[in-house]
Amino acid sequence: MSSPRQHGNNPNFVFNTTPEVANKKKYCRFKKNGIKYIDYKDANFLMKFLNDQGKILPRRITGTSLKYQRKVAQAVKRARHLAILPFVADGLK
Amino acid sequence: MELKNYESVIIFTPVLSDDQLKDAVGKYRQLITEHKGEIVHEENWGLTKLAYPMQKKSTGFYQVFEYKATTDFIKVLELQFKRDERIMRFLTTAPDKHAVIYNERKRRGEFNQPKKEKEATA
Repeated sequence: MSSPRQHGNNPNFVFNTTPEVANKKKYCRFKKNGIKYIDYKDANFLMKFLNDQGKILPRRITGTSLKYQRKVAQAVKRARHLAILPFVADGLK
Repeated sequence: MELKNYESVIIFTPVLSDDQLKDAVGKYRQLITEHKGEIVHEENWGLTKLAYPMQKKSTGFYQVFEYKATTDFIKVLELQFKRDERIMRFLTTAPDKHAVIYNERKRRGEFNQPKKEKEATA
């Protein structure tokens, strides 16, 4: 992940383009903290994996491992169904 | 028949009065126990704001049931949910073993800080 990449104008890459974050190694917060279950009823927690439009952030930004990214996605989708999170939003954060 | 863990979240319409809500919740509590189910835990979030309007309403009463039931019963229960006009939406999930542990710890109040809780435990 340390090799320079073409960032273009994609706003999703904003984290990588700031120098202090670019050097920092990304890690999976679930593996690091031993979190095994992601609660779909916990809106505040799931908010960390959404952008301000309410879209799920890609793994390349959050650093989540594939196993837990699937669980995050599942939890977010359940939360949306139950109106705990919005499907579409404008300025969620 | 073996019992499996389930978790149902139900959203009732906000037009219900307190008594009507208690009635509705009681009905399902009874339905679960009548069918050899076992309620592990239940939670009422009260009148909660929805993230988006649903049936032209912006709030709803959330009720969470954690219970053990036979697999056949879920069909019966969900059919009742669908037929009930007081229910705006529902979701039944079968929690995995990690979820069961998480729920237990949550109930015991092992998570103190709402933000740190997921980081430290779960």
